[in-house]
Amino acid sequence: MTPLLEMRGITKTFPGVKALDDVTFSVREGEIHALVGENGAGKSTLMKVLSGVYPHGSYDGDIVYDGEVMAFSGIADSERRGIIIIHQELALVPLLSIAENIFLGNERATGGIISWQETNARAVELLRKVGLHEAPTTLVDRIGVGKQQLVEIAKALSKEVRLLILDEPTAALSESDSQALLDLILELKKQGVTSIIISHKLNEVRRVADSVTVLRDGATVASRDAKAEALTEDQIVRDMVGRSLENRYPARERRAGEMLLEVENWCVAHPEHSERQVVDNVSFHVRRGEVVGIAGLMGAGRTELAMSIFGKSYGQNITGRVKVAGAEADVSTVARAIASGLAYVTEDRKELGLVLDEPIVRNITLANLPKVANGGVLQHEEETRVAEEYRRAMNIRTPSVFQKVVNLSGGNQQKVVLSKWLFAGPQVLILDEPTRGIDVGAKFEIYNIINDLSKDGKGVVMISSEMPELLGLCDRIYVMNEGAFVGELTAEEASQERIMSLIVTD
Amino acid sequence: MTDTATQTETAGGSKGWGNYLAGHMRDYGLLFALIAIMVFFQIVTDGTLLRPINITNLFLQNSYIIIMALGMLIVIVGGNIDLSVGSVMGFIGALAAVMIVNWGLPVIAAIVLCLLAGIVIGAAQGYWVAYWKIPSFIVTLAGMLVFRGASLWLLEGQSVGPFPRSFQALSTGFIPDVFGVDRPNVTALAVGVIAVMAIVYMGLRQRARNKTYGIEDEPSALFALRNIIVAGACLFLIWKLSTFRGLPNVLVTMGVLTIVYAFLTEKTTLGRRIYALGGNSKAAKLSGIATERLTFLTFVNMGFLAALAGLVFAARLNTATPKAGFAMELDVIAAVFIGGASMSGGVGKIVGAVVGAFIMGVMNNGMSIMGIGIDYQQVIKGLVLLAAVIFDVYNKQKQG
Repeated sequence: MTPLLEMRGITKTFPGVKALDDVTFSVREGEIHALVGENGAGKSTLMKVLSGVYPHGSYDGDIVYDGEVMAFSGIADSERRGIIIIHQELALVPLLSIAENIFLGNERATGGIISWQETNARAVELLRKVGLHEAPTTLVDRIGVGKQQLVEIAKALSKEVRLLILDEPTAALSESDSQALLDLILELKKQGVTSIIISHKLNEVRRVADSVTVLRDGATVASRDAKAEALTEDQIVRDMVGRSLENRYPARERRAGEMLLEVENWCVAHPEHSERQVVDNVSFHVRRGEVVGIAGLMGAGRTELAMSIFGKSYGQNITGRVKVAGAEADVSTVARAIASGLAYVTEDRKELGLVLDEPIVRNITLANLPKVANGGVLQHEEETRVAEEYRRAMNIRTPSVFQKVVNLSGGNQQKVVLSKWLFAGPQVLILDEPTRGIDVGAKFEIYNIINDLSKDGKGVVMISSEMPELLGLCDRIYVMNEGAFVGELTAEEASQERIMSLIVTD
Repeated sequence: MTDTATQTETAGGSKGWGNYLAGHMRDYGLLFALIAIMVFFQIVTDGTLLRPINITNLFLQNSYIIIMALGMLIVIVGGNIDLSVGSVMGFIGALAAVMIVNWGLPVIAAIVLCLLAGIVIGAAQGYWVAYWKIPSFIVTLAGMLVFRGASLWLLEGQSVGPFPRSFQALSTGFIPDVFGVDRPNVTALAVGVIAVMAIVYMGLRQRARNKTYGIEDEPSALFALRNIIVAGACLFLIWKLSTFRGLPNVLVTMGVLTIVYAFLTEKTTLGRRIYALGGNSKAAKLSGIATERLTFLTFVNMGFLAALAGLVFAARLNTATPKAGFAMELDVIAAVFIGGASMSGGVGKIVGAVVGAFIMGVMNNGMSIMGIGIDYQQVIKGLVLLAAVIFDVYNKQKQG
């Protein structure tokens, strides 16, 4: 089969950094090609070169597409040739309807006047194609992330797509939404659409990809054909990190001690619709040194449960009891929850966890400023010392603790958030999707940190949508569905199948 | 003959200079801009700008802007804005006039009541912003109209004055020379020298500390140059002041407030939390910071400072007029943005806001001396504000 796309000897330099170094990348017509690599390996840069975000002339090398050498000067150029990119952060306008979003910038109009009839009729057609059963007039902010992803794909289809590029399309999706999306990509392949999919989830890659190209440090390290050889995750991981990760989860010994956190009959109503019960009579406990997982689908109420416990940061009409180390705890405000020994590492680091434009040192001390102050006056030396200590302990890769966190990679940002909460001196840490959007190497480091916490006798509650991660780390796993706990499994009993069956038979 | 080692070292040194300057363009740019503007007007006004009497005037004219800029900076860093300060300032001036002139209240009592009134006004506006989450733009726009009207009503559309001498001293009084020399005023000189010594000492101490912690620090030559310029300028100004009537009371008030607020914003947990609140209020809240109360306090503080500015302004004019403080909020906000604060919150420094206010003030004063019409003055000031912000954004993009 002839290649639809061939990128030859692509080199892209930024001031001081060679982001891509003589990269070769070839995609055959009609295949699904996975592009994998650690964060910072150059995947996104390569796709930006391809889609014209970095215009012709700002890089070296050739893009041969459909037999011709291309010189894109911008996204509009590449879109005209049917190359459409869907970014990780969705580019939809929340307060416009689905149909308006699909045709944004490409309106069904004559002489600037929009034909709503045609817009909506075409939108219905496209929505049927992607399997989304929503009215085209529904506002985008009324539908979940999974469905929004489908709207993005419908938008791509509206532009006569030939080569669809998806940047981590399932990163924010639940298991079932991910499955649906992957099925759709397979379906599009049957209709002749070629796809490039960037993903960290190797099981998905294995499931859909016909070929896999691995980038490491801005260079192509391997390009494998799934038909010619059986791909294993281990092999891909080896290519990605340049070494074999024998065990993707560090070994841990169980050391459940005395009772640390008890939550009893916890109920939370939706912040706007008081009749909607988001968390329904949940009870659970964590012992000293235990790592307890909460499994469930997106929207099961796990984040809502955690945030409502942590200073009533979510919901209304909250009832139930929280005990820390046997004593009733007051968690009515975040400050009191922290004082009771709780810490909550949010799912959304950038929005809720960090002050991005401030340096690492200020982020680390934020939740416990009095500890580096004397009568309200900050002791800058002490503060710097603390930050340096965490930089070493957590292996935060940065030239200085005065670096703004916005300049750090996802994994290092997460380490800063963890440092902040460790510095607050909690007994129990609730970690909400602690490894989301983090590459394989950094994930392992985070797992080690979690293990160390349990070694220190802290209790850890881990919320994750990645079941292998929960299975690899937790002593016990609670399964949550539609606001209620539907099961509890010990590490020995737990398996992906058992967790899923608890959810689907609920 | 050139020593190779020295050569490389010099090359490395100058590269460090360039890098450091590029990274801190904003801080130096502001200082140099102020100096350049002063030199420019000094030349085109044939030396009028830096005459002792004019320097004194410069401080008096800008004191209320600077006092309010301190509060405005904190409000803006916290992610809000206060459009009502001009009106509140006028209203408090009117209140003072009514209490002192019409009712014959003792000056001290009136001052205390006026400052309390400012705090209450700030609290009333801050309440809606902080606890009801109503955008500060709207709340304070309402406040601007309300207090503009309230001053008209209080003064019944008339000007009220004059004030007793003791009240005027708030603005137009001078610190007497305790050494009895008077010209030059030795007290002023002594205060100036001590202040300069303190600035240099604190700079040196900070450097020593930074060194121990390996924090990137400015090259020593640059540090020396900057300190020589700042110290020289301060000593020059204080010498000029001492040959006129000495230190104006209001300069002392301003200086003390600037130090207090600089300390508050940079060295205390309270200040740090305000920056975090403006930088990312959700993250701040989830870090246990009482974000609502903090927002509320920034407005209370703003009300207090607007009241103080109102008193200073009324004392300077020696009368309260219904038009007092009209459009003043715009000068204050402009000063804060010229000083490097960010509209989105979390960024900005007290010293920046003060320098920004002086840049505006020197331009106002210089252009007036030159006899440039108010029409051109407005245009030029607007363009300077725009240029300062473009400079900021450009710098950020270049780094980013």
